[in-house]
Amino acid sequence: MSMLIFEKSRRASNKMNIPPAEVEPVDVTKTIGEEYLRNGELPLPDVNEVEAVRHYTALSKRAYGVDDGFYPLGSCTMKYNPKIDEWAARLPGLAGLHPYQPLETVQGALQIMYETGQWLCEITGMDEFSLQPAAGAHGEMTGVMMIKAYHKKRGDEGRNTVLVPDSAHGTNPATANVVGYKVVEVKSDERGLVDLQDLESKLGPHIAGLMLTNPNTLGLFEENILEISRLVHESGGLLYYDGANLNAIMGMARPGDMGFDIVHVNLHKTFGTPHGGGGPGSGPVGVKQHLTELLPVPRVIPQGDQFILDYNYPDSIGKVKQFYGNFGVIVKAYTYIRALGGEGLKEASQQAVLNANYVKHHLSDEYYIPFDRLCKHEFVATAKHQMDSNKVSALDIAKSLLDYGYHPPTIYFPLIVREALMIEPPETESRERLDDFVAAMKEIAKAARENPELVKGAPHHTVVRRLDEVKAARTPVVRWEESQDA
Amino acid sequence: MRFTPNTDAVVQEMLESLGLQHIEELFEDIPDEVKMDRPLDLPPEMSEIELKSLLTALAARNVPAADHPCFLGAGAYDSYIPAALEQLLLRSEFYTSYTPYQPEISQGILQGIFEYQTMICQLTEMDVSNASLYDGATALAEACTLAAVHTRKKLVVVPETVHPEYKQVLETYALSGHFEPVFVPCPNGIMDLNAVSDLAKNQAAALVVQHPNFFGHLEPVGAAADLIHEAGGLLIMAVDPLSLAILKPPGAWGADIAVGEGQPLGNPLSFGGPYLGFMAVTRPLMRKIPGRIVGQTTDLEDRRGFVLTLQAREQHIRREKAGSNICSNQALNALAAAIYLTLMGPRGLKQIALRCHQLAVYAQKRLEEAGFPLLYNQPFFREFAVKTPDAGSINRRLQEQGIIGGLEIEGGMLLAFTEKRSRQDIDRLVAAFKGE
Repeated sequence: MSMLIFEKSRRASNKMNIPPAEVEPVDVTKTIGEEYLRNGELPLPDVNEVEAVRHYTALSKRAYGVDDGFYPLGSCTMKYNPKIDEWAARLPGLAGLHPYQPLETVQGALQIMYETGQWLCEITGMDEFSLQPAAGAHGEMTGVMMIKAYHKKRGDEGRNTVLVPDSAHGTNPATANVVGYKVVEVKSDERGLVDLQDLESKLGPHIAGLMLTNPNTLGLFEENILEISRLVHESGGLLYYDGANLNAIMGMARPGDMGFDIVHVNLHKTFGTPHGGGGPGSGPVGVKQHLTELLPVPRVIPQGDQFILDYNYPDSIGKVKQFYGNFGVIVKAYTYIRALGGEGLKEASQQAVLNANYVKHHLSDEYYIPFDRLCKHEFVATAKHQMDSNKVSALDIAKSLLDYGYHPPTIYFPLIVREALMIEPPETESRERLDDFVAAMKEIAKAARENPELVKGAPHHTVVRRLDEVKAARTPVVRWEESQDA
Repeated sequence: MRFTPNTDAVVQEMLESLGLQHIEELFEDIPDEVKMDRPLDLPPEMSEIELKSLLTALAARNVPAADHPCFLGAGAYDSYIPAALEQLLLRSEFYTSYTPYQPEISQGILQGIFEYQTMICQLTEMDVSNASLYDGATALAEACTLAAVHTRKKLVVVPETVHPEYKQVLETYALSGHFEPVFVPCPNGIMDLNAVSDLAKNQAAALVVQHPNFFGHLEPVGAAADLIHEAGGLLIMAVDPLSLAILKPPGAWGADIAVGEGQPLGNPLSFGGPYLGFMAVTRPLMRKIPGRIVGQTTDLEDRRGFVLTLQAREQHIRREKAGSNICSNQALNALAAAIYLTLMGPRGLKQIALRCHQLAVYAQKRLEEAGFPLLYNQPFFREFAVKTPDAGSINRRLQEQGIIGGLEIEGGMLLAFTEKRSRQDIDRLVAAFKGE
């Protein structure tokens, strides 16, 4: 069992030393005042550097990243994270910049931000971007706030509801709620697309907008997108693009040309920046010309031969984050876009779509595919056959994949598909890797028939076996305590 | 430079296995009206050698504060980052993994977050920490939402001594209608207790106390805690985590929610991000805290393990009823903070905090002797504002000497002192104030 850092703590073993300040000593009871001071010792772990390094190295060996292997986690676009991007973000001339430095000392940084915004405009067909949001959900929030500000500015304040498809990411309805909207779901039709009749019946003067992912979470392109756009706009609403699935269409189609008014993109998905075990991400938001005045401030704009931070937009929704965004992540995306160029980005999307269709095709004889036609960068398979015959679930199959050394697909999402296994094999995976994965999935399907208990008991070869999540939630232990047994 | 391993021949074979000839056939479901009919107008592909030159040249157009004596603070601090931390963060199992949805292969990430949560609780003396939020400002906005939901009131009292960007973010988040910030003027550089008290009595959900505040000063937290609690609201404290090595922590003041900017804990300045917001709450608020939380449990063989827990609060389960929409947080930055706290340890962190304070006290005395008194005559930790009508020209003089001065604010200059500053740096700063 892995020990916690607190259990390795031995008093006085940390020998980090800080040079004394070469100034007269101070009496903090006088300079700060007794009533403001901490009582007693800081309870932090006390370990030597060597133990600290071994501890975190050991933790890293109990984690699984893209560098460890295939990561077909649907909706997350777990592509390879180029090392040159990491190098770039750590350059002292970029990582060492204080956000309030004089503008003439950060021109290179501002150029990176400006150009990244310009390129995102070109890739998505929008007119202006803000790089301020810190993650995809934060970008969504920024976008929906702009929807609210747009209607408010027009005096159209009766619009209190946002529409989201029943296949939407959980962040879409949560975002609409957080921004103060009611949420109404639009049904999917039998082809897995937005049901136009249902959409039309739910539009009206109370609808602020529709949040849509295209291709959608089933990996299917919303073929009626122009009709959807027409309907939403004719009813006075705005159309919001959740960019989680942009990796399917770079260089092939652009949300701006489909009628979307606002988009967010996930630099940590489409543009190859690493996800860091749960962040940092970056969720730039782009808008069409009629909404640019609402974007967060400051905006990076060229002025003569310099770049400046411009705060002078009175209709702006304001700031959604301190400073200017997750700059270090932006540097990685900038480097990525420059590495690939326009043709490289298009090729990335094409091969992501090829990989998805290839895996879908080769899995379709063992796994039920509810919408078995041309998909984009991901598709949804299910454990329907395995469940019906042997009560082997999507969760069991996912856990079984762990024993084969793969990160499992996203499971039980989208919610409209039972026993969903949402598979996204990004363009950075070779055919051999895909063939191996397909073979593993087929072996699991075979095991589900012949020895279902084996699959239901998976994983067998990981550092821990299935964990009791119910116990974790019912009797929460969310921090280590001194008295706790090791 | 591309990262697509399949050759053209392999691509062709894959297409043929699908009964296709051309890769464009995979996009036949996109209507012609929206299909791009031209190549993307982006700069051409680059080799790694060219990329290195390009990025090196862009970086060379900047003057990094971290490599110069720098007196800027105001929410981002030029702290020392230990070599071991930089090395450990390069373990790609950490940085190339996704949110730990599959606990059996993510125990290292989950344990790291669990330990981070514990360290945040140790620093703040609060009961429960989440796995991080985007930054200090958004953490404060989330705290206000939490307080409003919990108390079923909307008014949040915010003294003007809170960081101006925090106030701006609060105003933006308030577009939601979930809470209403009301800003209280503070002519003395710390909160005006009378003005705050009058507002707090008026059905306040919470009082926000940034401590030390934007001007670096210590707030009358004890009195503030009493008055908001008497009014039935929550005390939200926004704190500098380093200060907690010597200052009384939020839990000891009776705070209900503690938030702050975690950047000073081992995260580079990086032009303002990525940083991390931390949030810790009292036990009664545990099931309302936004964001990821890791909990301890056991596996089938009764071994200790860790999972994402209390997920019924979150967007992917609660959807349109979720109190926050946060999904990705700042996990790697939180890991950096935990590694930083481990490497520094309890004595190291205290020594850093004391060194910062001593340097600030020294600088304040020298500046006062040179004719630049405090803008507000209040106690401070490691940052303070001095009175000068001429901050701009002082900063230009400093810049000519390769020194990055303080933040120009109304009536003066805000100066921060990290452990990387030295007596010599401060003497040069004072000389520039004197016009030398």
